[in-house]
Amino acid sequence: MTAVETKPARGAPPPLKHDEAASGRASRPRGKRRLGPGKSIPLGYLIGPLLLLGVWIWGSAQGWIDPRILTAPWTVVETAWDLWESGRLGPDLLVSARRFALGLTFGVLAGLVLAIVSGLSRWGEAVVDGPVQIKRSIPNLALLPLLLLWFGIDERMKIITIALGVLIPIYIHTHNGLRSIDGRYAELAETLRLNHAAFLGRVVLPGALPGFFLGMRFAVTSSWLSLVVVEQVNATSGIGYMMLLAGTYGQTDIIIVGLVLYALLGLVSDTVVRIVQRRVLSWRRTLED
Amino acid sequence: MATHAGGLTATTAAVRISGLHRSFTDDRPVLSGLDLTIEPGEFVALLGRSGSGKSTLLRALAGLDQDASGTGDIEVPEQVSVVFQDSRLLPWQRVLRNVVIGLNGPNAKARGREALAEVGLAGRERAWPRELSGGEQQRVALARSLVREPQLLLADEPFGALDALTRIKMHGLLRALYERHKPAVLLVTHDVDEAIVLADRVLVLDSGHVRTERRVDLDGPRDPSDPRFAEVRTELLAALGLAGGAEIKKEEEA
Repeated sequence: MTAVETKPARGAPPPLKHDEAASGRASRPRGKRRLGPGKSIPLGYLIGPLLLLGVWIWGSAQGWIDPRILTAPWTVVETAWDLWESGRLGPDLLVSARRFALGLTFGVLAGLVLAIVSGLSRWGEAVVDGPVQIKRSIPNLALLPLLLLWFGIDERMKIITIALGVLIPIYIHTHNGLRSIDGRYAELAETLRLNHAAFLGRVVLPGALPGFFLGMRFAVTSSWLSLVVVEQVNATSGIGYMMLLAGTYGQTDIIIVGLVLYALLGLVSDTVVRIVQRRVLSWRRTLED
Repeated sequence: MATHAGGLTATTAAVRISGLHRSFTDDRPVLSGLDLTIEPGEFVALLGRSGSGKSTLLRALAGLDQDASGTGDIEVPEQVSVVFQDSRLLPWQRVLRNVVIGLNGPNAKARGREALAEVGLAGRERAWPRELSGGEQQRVALARSLVREPQLLLADEPFGALDALTRIKMHGLLRALYERHKPAVLLVTHDVDEAIVLADRVLVLDSGHVRTERRVDLDGPRDPSDPRFAEVRTELLAALGLAGGAEIKKEEEA
């Protein structure tokens, strides 16, 4: 410290100023607050849900939560186990998972194709973008009566409904990703004389991947949401049907089992998307890390 | 150049531009009646104030000026490479893939490695662009240009975004690469010293055409403290409209 302080050759004020500056610097706390969100917490995304679970357990144990309104967690676990043991939960879970997976797959494919058509050509955009934006403003729930009339009450209707919900976020975010690729890269591709395929494969699609993954996270959530809706309308199997039935007989614990299952499945699938995203987009370091 | 029967002119020059006009709006042309010839293997630097049309000329040669309107004849070789002011590396491709992008053939990767070694980046093939410093990124961009074995290298202020020390190192590297591969080079810059250090011929662009042309025939490593260097610099600064004593003094102090 002292080495830094130079002896002023003339004039009285400098020493005082030096002291001020030095003390001003010293009084700054060593662990100075950074402007970013700071270091990432390992498994940090689990803290919020675990806290919620803690409140539920604590509240039930203390008797603050009436079991008729919200079943205690241990009862839920017990009920889930009973349902599983008696072979009622497994098949319903499987049916729901299948609907989720199929709806998600078709929705993602359709959203991707539409986004690429619309993102890469002005004509494609002119034709595709409007209808997708219109669909975006119509809730799936409102479309349901029509879909029922068109496709009946079987699996086809359910998967189409889920796919329609998934398509929107995939389209919006992938399209946005494609359109926001820096024009300078197109210029570079021209000077490197890339052909159309190489331009697409090396520049455009990888550049739109961050957008696609953002859409994917919305899509997964949307897929579960649509599943809830279709399973409570004219279904004869699935978790939603199980909950609907339980509601009729006032079995709160089974309803909660269904909700917890939805929550767990949603959390797990979002985590999977995040992990894949992190791996695929390892070239990108953002505030997220 | 040889004139054949029938008036057909077989050109041996790397670049031949005649009567080039370019404008973006109707009122003021950026380039007006520009003529320029660059011989194969010749290193030409293009100086000019902002808005003098340096970049417009380079972009015309690179075929990147669809947004401009104009007339004139441009002849460029088959194989042209461009180095931009920003390295323009694709952030989602590793360094080697950035170098060999668009190249086909079984030995593309080997050639890419060779080019990276030439710019002093052997061993960094698997790095992501954002892990490199600005100077290193620009060296990757150089490797990407060289691996295509250009007959003409167009460089648009390639070192403009680098710090002074890195820039000096890059001058040495570019000159060494040029000596080895001997492409024709058109270097657009606003740095007078950079132009004199690197080029065989310096052009000054003003109001849309080449106003001054100066051959730099200093032999050996070019040293800015050499009085002949200073002489060329004074001449070029005057051509750039900085003949007033004050500006020149400032330039020399810097």
